[in-house]
Amino acid sequence: MEQKKVVMDAEGIDRSLTRIASEILEKNKGGEELVLVGIRTGGVFLAERLQKKISRIEGKEIPFGILDITLYRDDLSTSHRKPRLGKTDIPFSLDGRKVVLVDDVLFTGRTIRAAMDALIDFGRPKSIQLAVLIDRGHRELPIRADFVGKNLPSSLWQAVSVNLTEKNGKDEVVIEENA
Amino acid sequence: MKLSSKDILGIKELSVEEITLILDTAESFLEVSTREIKKVPTLRGKSVINLFYEPSTRTRTSFEIAAKRLSADTINISASTSSVVKGETLIDTAKNLEAMNPDLIVIRHSAAGAPHMLASLLRQSIINAGDGAHEHPTQALLDMMTIRSRKGRIAGLKVAIVGDISHSRVARSNIHGLTKMGAHVVVAGPATMLPRDVEKLGVVAHSRIAEAIKDADVIMMLRIQTEREKQNLFPSLREYAQYFSLNRTNIALAREDCIVMHPGPVNRGIEISPDIADGPHSVILDQVTNGVAVRMALLYLLTGGSNP
Repeated sequence: MEQKKVVMDAEGIDRSLTRIASEILEKNKGGEELVLVGIRTGGVFLAERLQKKISRIEGKEIPFGILDITLYRDDLSTSHRKPRLGKTDIPFSLDGRKVVLVDDVLFTGRTIRAAMDALIDFGRPKSIQLAVLIDRGHRELPIRADFVGKNLPSSLWQAVSVNLTEKNGKDEVVIEENA
Repeated sequence: MKLSSKDILGIKELSVEEITLILDTAESFLEVSTREIKKVPTLRGKSVINLFYEPSTRTRTSFEIAAKRLSADTINISASTSSVVKGETLIDTAKNLEAMNPDLIVIRHSAAGAPHMLASLLRQSIINAGDGAHEHPTQALLDMMTIRSRKGRIAGLKVAIVGDISHSRVARSNIHGLTKMGAHVVVAGPATMLPRDVEKLGVVAHSRIAEAIKDADVIMMLRIQTEREKQNLFPSLREYAQYFSLNRTNIALAREDCIVMHPGPVNRGIEISPDIADGPHSVILDQVTNGVAVRMALLYLLTGGSNP
């Protein structure tokens, strides 16, 4: 049996991102030294949208980078099929910056571990914070998000996908039963 | 997607999809070499042996840097300082290396087919870094990467390869790769240096450089191996330079936006005049930079777990 349920629509996603943008500014007391880094592929468009919102509120452009974490994964030596490597593009120094990592779904926490290792190879950020649209639980590492769009309790056999206009033509968060 | 073979022995064995996968992966790897900390942990705990039976600076260093930037351990063995001088056969050397359990062996050998023999004998991945006059697949891949990044495509371009086609593994690998990717490849060189049935490889052969480079998008000059002079394949280096060098005059026949490539080491003033080698059309140093990225891509794609 396959069931598909929309748990967040376009307005919901936009309202969450607006709130997260404000929370990021509130926690960091403004946009000083702030940079956003989206994790490929799910986090990139969300980071871009957050950057627009924050830049509009602050009245100045907040730097925005893209991080591919493939080379830092912990399952490369156990799996034979290699994930396709995407481009990393962080065209500014991270030294002394407050970095907000952005991803779509927080699940086991392994992606975030890899992302933090990668960021630290790029320099010494003043702090690293994490913003996610969905936190679905089931952490395998001691990691939590600073900014969460929606907590979505899920079962391990369910699939949570964040669809975005830039990627699949429609803004929605869907939860599916996978047999 | 993954590569269909555990080894990279030649371009002839690769499909268009595999070549594209390697080039796309290599483009992503370019960025790692521009970082302040030029190292990623991807191949931590893997070891790569560079087994070089022929002299090499560029290719060996490039493989070594590629492996080190991926955190693999590298061991370099050159024939002159190994048990080869004591008469050990290639198979014995290889079996002994295998017993030390490396993950990947890069081999350059003067005998065509040496990497293929190792690939069939050993369970490790083998990368051919040049075997006789047969193939030099990583050179062709870095050349294709350079062409693609400069021209945005490979299909439909006119590529002229000029020089000693017969003895060139660079030419052979590039002919296989470029024709697969849809380029229009022409070759030129002295009649003694053109394989008799070169046109069976899908290229057009010319006896004059002018005919080959006319309207070319890409000109690939090959190194003339100066030791060939003794084999009477051409009367003198001076005469070769007069008829087959790329210079300020004849480059005007090519397209205005053409790129000039050379696999190195360059014999300045023989196959290419210094002002062209250093001029605005030259992408010779891009080729070297891209070489590291291509080799990182291959190491990444070939090493991995045994679980399917």
